[in-house]
Amino acid sequence: MVLNSKAPEGPLAEKWDKHKFNVKLVNPANKRKYDVIVVGTGLAGAAAAASLAELGYNVKAFTYHDSPRRAHSIAAQGGINAAKNYQNDGDSVFRLFYDTIKGGDYRAREANVYRLAQVSVNIIDQCVAQGVPFAREYGGLLANRSFGGAQVSRTFYARGQTGQQLLLGAYSALSRQIAYGKVKMYTRSEMLDVVVVDGKARGIITRNLITGEVQTHAAHAVVLATGGYGNVFYLSTNAKYCNVTAPWRAHKKGAYFANPCFTQIHPTCIPVSGDYQSKLTLMSESLRNDGRVWVPKTKETAERLRKGEIKVQDIKEEDRDYFLERKYPAFGNLVPRDVASRNAKQMCDEGRGVGSSGLAVYLDFADIIKRTSAEAVSQKYGNLFEMYEKITDENPYELPMRIYPAVHYTMGGLWVDYNLQTTIPGLYAAGECNFSDHGANRLGASALMQGLADGYFVIPYTIGDYLAQTAPTPVNTDHPAFAEAKAGVQARTEQLLSINGNRTPDEFHKALGHVMWEYCGMARNAEGLKHAKAEIQKLRREFWQDVKVVGTGEEMNQALEKAGRVADFLELGELMVDDALDRNESCGGHFREEYQTPEGEALRDDDHYAYVAAWEYMGDNQPERLNKEDLVFENVKLTQRSYK
Amino acid sequence: MAGSNPNAKPMNLKLRVWRQPNRQTEGRIVEYDVKDISPDMSFLEMLDVLNEDLLHKSQDPVAFDHDCREGICGSCDLFINGRSHGPEKGTTTCQLHMRKFSDGDTITIEPWRANAFPVNKDLSVDRSAFDRIIQAGGYVSVNTGGAPDGNEIPIPKDIADRAFEAATCIGCGACVAACKNASAMLFVSAKVSQLALLPQGQVEAKTRVENMVAQMDIEGFGACSNIGSCAAECPVGISLENIAILNREFLVAKAASNNLA
Repeated sequence: MVLNSKAPEGPLAEKWDKHKFNVKLVNPANKRKYDVIVVGTGLAGAAAAASLAELGYNVKAFTYHDSPRRAHSIAAQGGINAAKNYQNDGDSVFRLFYDTIKGGDYRAREANVYRLAQVSVNIIDQCVAQGVPFAREYGGLLANRSFGGAQVSRTFYARGQTGQQLLLGAYSALSRQIAYGKVKMYTRSEMLDVVVVDGKARGIITRNLITGEVQTHAAHAVVLATGGYGNVFYLSTNAKYCNVTAPWRAHKKGAYFANPCFTQIHPTCIPVSGDYQSKLTLMSESLRNDGRVWVPKTKETAERLRKGEIKVQDIKEEDRDYFLERKYPAFGNLVPRDVASRNAKQMCDEGRGVGSSGLAVYLDFADIIKRTSAEAVSQKYGNLFEMYEKITDENPYELPMRIYPAVHYTMGGLWVDYNLQTTIPGLYAAGECNFSDHGANRLGASALMQGLADGYFVIPYTIGDYLAQTAPTPVNTDHPAFAEAKAGVQARTEQLLSINGNRTPDEFHKALGHVMWEYCGMARNAEGLKHAKAEIQKLRREFWQDVKVVGTGEEMNQALEKAGRVADFLELGELMVDDALDRNESCGGHFREEYQTPEGEALRDDDHYAYVAAWEYMGDNQPERLNKEDLVFENVKLTQRSYK
Repeated sequence: MAGSNPNAKPMNLKLRVWRQPNRQTEGRIVEYDVKDISPDMSFLEMLDVLNEDLLHKSQDPVAFDHDCREGICGSCDLFINGRSHGPEKGTTTCQLHMRKFSDGDTITIEPWRANAFPVNKDLSVDRSAFDRIIQAGGYVSVNTGGAPDGNEIPIPKDIADRAFEAATCIGCGACVAACKNASAMLFVSAKVSQLALLPQGQVEAKTRVENMVAQMDIEGFGACSNIGSCAAECPVGISLENIAILNREFLVAKAASNNLA
């Protein structure tokens, strides 16, 4: 199938306005005749559900949490970008667009990214009007900081809890529509399939996580806003429930999955401390504004440090290697995430890592504390320092933090066109669960921007275009496709319960995560990827013979939920490996060891790989078919990314 | 391993856990032994160990709510040794680490206890009452689009900071569980004062406080008797000052609506 991005013609800056004019509108009196399902209530989902309800559509919103306020958007710390140029430092919509395209290593679609930069300014206005308490200057105006590889201060923030405050803003807008009766909210409901009727998305199948009841829901259109799949690595900064199930089921029903191997490894996480570890905790990237990253200059010093023969305070200034400042004088500690992560790994590979495992580097605040004060640092990062101390039992005001890269975000996701529609008509994907805006690497403070852009300002327009071409006749779940999908969900539940093997879902998940991290993580090569593919296939076979789940499907059964999610990860993992194998280049977060510059930086191959890899499901245990969307760059010149 | 105390030894613990199959069935305390618990584990990782063990023995794992495991989503909600989120001040259950306990300890783990929070299963409770209180008015009525420029509403930094402090409530329900009356005043007051402090919240201030308080009563939360255990047990430090603001807002609203019953 030829993938049509449907990006409008014409000059970049005029595309979105032109498109908004050209899309068909639904008559205001007719909007109430359309039902829209929104799955997920994070930034993208809650914003979309609230905005669609405000327009007059009937919305059914679903979350597997006990409340829409719990979505993992809440954990985003650092901030949200917007091209407001309040700081008069040369920012503009084009600069934000340019930075995002470049930061993504030229693997994103120009038209989408430009639109994202355009609506970024509206997001801030909207959130302020909702009462989101952004940080402010003494004059009462909004404060900004520079963040994540940007050379302008365009990041808006609410201490280290920006995601929380933005999500609570979207949640309040959603709550208002629930109170008005325009959104029917289904909590503790997990989507387990998409129903496709006559080639169009017509509804979903859900399981109530308290009663186990499997339900069918019909609508004129379905929006998936279900987040990313970083938990395929088992350990990540994602919340424990984050999973790929909703988009994966959509994939198996015909939605293409794009660039699955594009994973972001975040450089500043608290290192792994033991086998029992259940998740990794991010220390906001904003810390890199003031913290300095270093390791001992020599392997010998690092070794003595790890053995406890010397303390970190004993290492003299001249024996420390501030490797990011040394290698990248222009950007220093603020190089993009992929670059910072790879360099930390390289230091540890050289034997200069710190901490008992040797898999950590220092993030040191001594200089900024000396230059300002501990109190000033606490004003900026207080809650992050507290969190660090709770987890590690070390005081970062006195000792440098130990950090190591961890899986944080997935740039890949369901392929969508300019309207955020997947390859299944009537099925949309918003936020992290689509692939659209970050290319091969996401810049800091851009995830919140994209989630809210999609939810507040894109989907509400573009879904109207589809609905206007759909008859406003009532929909129901009578079509046999609903019964068939429901039976499929029930059969799978029964299968998981009947295996009664010896290994728990968590044990399989950990085994998969180990393979993914080892062979499809920060650095990949063809040999390792081929090995990983075989390992994953083996694990998947073993899973369906040996997984252990007790109890029934008619009750709250968290092991059963987990088993279903792990089963889908076991399929996704193989596709990620296939995608990484197909892409014989390095770009952004995808670093193929065979393809690097003499300095060890990612070496792109624009002649052969300037495309979006959109994978098409061909049936169980069949190789997926690769479809390509060629990326055309008319407004930026492709260059080797350099942060030197 | 990662902690500053590499010599800390693994611990053996006795757990007394509330088990209840569902809302309709009575629950009871069941005892379990857990062994070789690292002091660097979080409390929930310790429960993971218990659950993996139960599953291997073909027993039903303990249901509990959790998600982000970094103290921000508000999902985790355990009542540990008679205290909301356990013994450490200003800490959610997921951020409580086993180094706060000692080898040989007996730990009692119960769900939040409040009529307004019925048990789903074991340690998981239904906190949808909180959502319904927010739906009663915990928002500014502004549709998407058409908002003025963000800098057209200057807000003094100290006011913005106070509103932010109130807005950091994670909606976990620890305040309700800690209160002998199972009152939700701290939760309600945090949202009321966030919006009452900000100019954006002024237009609807009076109806907001009346409606949210009314919904709180409908949900069956108890009255506030100014003891302050809610604020003392709040994992994110929501201040009692918010309850004072709520009371003032409520009186002003009632006086204005001439409905001072």
